[in-house]
Amino acid sequence: MAEAAVQHTREPAIAAVLRARFGDCIVQPTVDGIPTLWVEPTRAPEIMRCLKDEEGYELLFDLSAIDERTREFRDGQPDSSFTVFYHLISLRHDADLRIKAALPETSPGIPTVTNVYPVANWYEREAYDMFGIDFEGHPNLRRILTPPNWEGHPLRKEHPARATEMDPFSMSPEFQRSQQEGLRFVPEEWGMRRAAKHTDFMFLNLGPNHPSVHGVFRIALQMDGEVIVQAVPDIGYHHRAQEKMAERQSWHTYIPYTDRVDYLGGVMNNLPYVLNVEKMAGIEVPPRARTIRVMLAELFRISSHLVFYGTYAQDVGQMSPVLYMFADRERLFSIIEAITGGRMHPSWFRIGGVTQDLPDGWDRMVLDFVDYMPKRLDHYGTMALKNRILQRRSIGIGAYNTAEGLDWGITGPSLRATGCDWDLRKNRPYSGYDQFEFDVPTAENGDVYDRALVRVEEIRQSLRIIRQCVENMPSGPYKADHRLTTPPARERTMEHIETLIHHFLNVSWGPVIAPSESTTLIEATKGWNSYYSIADGGTMAYRTRIRTPSFPALQMIPFISNGFMIADLIAIIASIDFVMADVDR
Amino acid sequence: MTVDWNYILIIPVAVGALVFALFLVWWERRLLGWWQDRLGPNRVGPFGVLQALADAIKLLMKEDWLPPFGDRAFFIMAPAIVAGSMLMAYVIVPFGPDLYITDSNIAILFFLAMSSLAVYGVLLAGLSSNNKYAMLGGLRAAAQMVTYEVFMGLSLMGVVIHAGSFSLVDIVESQRDMWYIFPQCVGFLIFFMAGLAESHRLPFDLPEAEHELTAGFHTEYSGMKFALIMAAEYLAMVLTSALVVTLFFGGWLAPSFIPGAEYIPPVVWFGAKTLVFIHLFVLLRAAIPRPRYDKLMSLGWKVLLPLSLLNLLVTGGVSLWLQT
Repeated sequence: MAEAAVQHTREPAIAAVLRARFGDCIVQPTVDGIPTLWVEPTRAPEIMRCLKDEEGYELLFDLSAIDERTREFRDGQPDSSFTVFYHLISLRHDADLRIKAALPETSPGIPTVTNVYPVANWYEREAYDMFGIDFEGHPNLRRILTPPNWEGHPLRKEHPARATEMDPFSMSPEFQRSQQEGLRFVPEEWGMRRAAKHTDFMFLNLGPNHPSVHGVFRIALQMDGEVIVQAVPDIGYHHRAQEKMAERQSWHTYIPYTDRVDYLGGVMNNLPYVLNVEKMAGIEVPPRARTIRVMLAELFRISSHLVFYGTYAQDVGQMSPVLYMFADRERLFSIIEAITGGRMHPSWFRIGGVTQDLPDGWDRMVLDFVDYMPKRLDHYGTMALKNRILQRRSIGIGAYNTAEGLDWGITGPSLRATGCDWDLRKNRPYSGYDQFEFDVPTAENGDVYDRALVRVEEIRQSLRIIRQCVENMPSGPYKADHRLTTPPARERTMEHIETLIHHFLNVSWGPVIAPSESTTLIEATKGWNSYYSIADGGTMAYRTRIRTPSFPALQMIPFISNGFMIADLIAIIASIDFVMADVDR
Repeated sequence: MTVDWNYILIIPVAVGALVFALFLVWWERRLLGWWQDRLGPNRVGPFGVLQALADAIKLLMKEDWLPPFGDRAFFIMAPAIVAGSMLMAYVIVPFGPDLYITDSNIAILFFLAMSSLAVYGVLLAGLSSNNKYAMLGGLRAAAQMVTYEVFMGLSLMGVVIHAGSFSLVDIVESQRDMWYIFPQCVGFLIFFMAGLAESHRLPFDLPEAEHELTAGFHTEYSGMKFALIMAAEYLAMVLTSALVVTLFFGGWLAPSFIPGAEYIPPVVWFGAKTLVFIHLFVLLRAAIPRPRYDKLMSLGWKVLLPLSLLNLLVTGGVSLWLQT
């Protein structure tokens, strides 16, 4: 019952460029149209250097690996046990490129690309942590998501995914001691010095439980008085192995898991996943479902930005705005609840459409909110953004320019705050965003204040989009009439045994996706979110890679906060707009 | 001046101040709730008025935990110093024409001395906790309070020049013709800001800025010791409001622009005026974000200190010129 979507086999222009410079490379056909080239692992750094400096691929969007050892369908791909892939994006040429390198099963290793793309640092650490791939020359190749004493590499196929697959766990005192010893803070291991010529430094452990780190996030600070000499973020406290779970959930039952990736984004998280599966299965989504999806996604964008706005004001010491904004968010949730039945995690999108049609009277509720909100935003502007103390706490703090932002993998509102007007909804419209009128707000300085400014303006633009959704909601089905998504009608299953079997398989197995690979990017609440799924002809994904905007943003903290004071660091953290679930996955 | 019987007031004032502080905890939370679109504590007793009492009982019942890594003696002493020095300062507050514990000719100096002593409590609390957040908070508190101490005193000298006395009763009496807010508006503004800083309330709550330092100097405190520190904060707020009223708004004197005001007892006027400023404290907390620590210090040294000196100079000059 598997059915392959059209694969793009046309030779991309970039392949010729790389062939001329670096010898032969294999072009792999994909369904998403992203040129995918296999290159010699040892030449990865120079190829990246060339692609970045000469071909304009300024953003290393994603880097991770695939354990290929149990994969069955690998047509058109060279032999590989572990594949490291790099997803590069050129904003200038609006082009994507996927570079892959095949590594052997025993001691897989590849030279690091951190000198080319600084953002690769954490991504390579993650690939090392999850797959045990050695990135030669990496400045600090330590585990990043799992604890330092973890045994094995979780995303390898042989690593158990559940406790029931492992021996019963018992904790001996020796084990506890060794684990605790492994967590001992030694400044040198974090790249910190204990003293300089005239001063002894103080080390301050900010987090994992601290009122202002927005979740379980830890920053080790090397301080000279209240001035931060060096800040080193430490993540992994919220790691739930979302990517591993994707390998044992059916295509359909994985949808609720995606909700929890950015827990403020709700159905916004479903969107890239279902779009990606639809791309792989070749499913055409009806216009009504597309518009409903846009409306819900924008409602959640507002909800997420409201939390950002409120906590930002709160983190610079303003007590009240967050309470007003949470009250408004509550109004939003009541709309979302009326439509989806859920609040923060509705898991409401489906492959091929949405769960249900809109309820009666939904338009009145949404319009009321759209009418009500702009006045509130004006009010909040006077209260928070125009406040002099707040401005002094934010303007000129934690600034970076567009090039630096791209170097560190920053996308979305935080990149637009530097003046770059790239918005996936405008530049690469998906789900029918090209049908809507809206502006892409940008700012100039890329500091804490501008990041807030852009997000507040985005709330207004989202309201515009939602109004257009209400006024132009198409009629028609809310779900694609595709056999992978919609079970056969009941009357017909009662007549044909074949139809009944089909219905049974559809409900018990869920859809079977033909062997293929695809990536889908969307403009999520906090930046670009992408799902890279590999189907191996089964009912479950062979590999799912979730690229989230928060992960690289945290890596940038030392770059923008060294030399500032603790209070500034708090403002910077607030302005990044992240949730730890989105970072650790 | 009969001093003796006035000492009877010590116990009512001390108990009253503490009960009022307790009441304020609840009232502030209700007010904030009202302003911030939410309910606030409304379950314990009518309108939730017993909430603060319930909190106090809870805090009393809590384990009296001492950080094993800290300095026990100072850790225990610190909250007592903070709360004690604040309570001591109530000795000089004139609630009405004859309603005060003592009227000393060094009343203002006594108040300044007591609020300086409170710094020791905060600093010791921060240092004896042996916790980095507490230490940063304690250091911030020491720097901030020492700074604001300087011109808190200077800002009052204008009033002293006008009244020709350090006694608060004399100062109130000398405001019969005109409240000192009019000639001394600069002094009032500076004193009010210094008072905010002294009671470390938002926007000057940097010693305990919970978004930066978790709870600052009292991070390690819990139970009754924590309650004492909180009580001291509210006592300081009431004290500052009372002194603002006494020094700049005619104390217990009825405002002459309201007809029939003199039929209302002076102590009621004093209470009403004080309440206005307490509400101003709460409103500021609800509305204003927290400046950065170094900005606050430079505001103190570079703006407020020269301003208070200038104010003193002009006041002195004008008084001399009027006398000759």
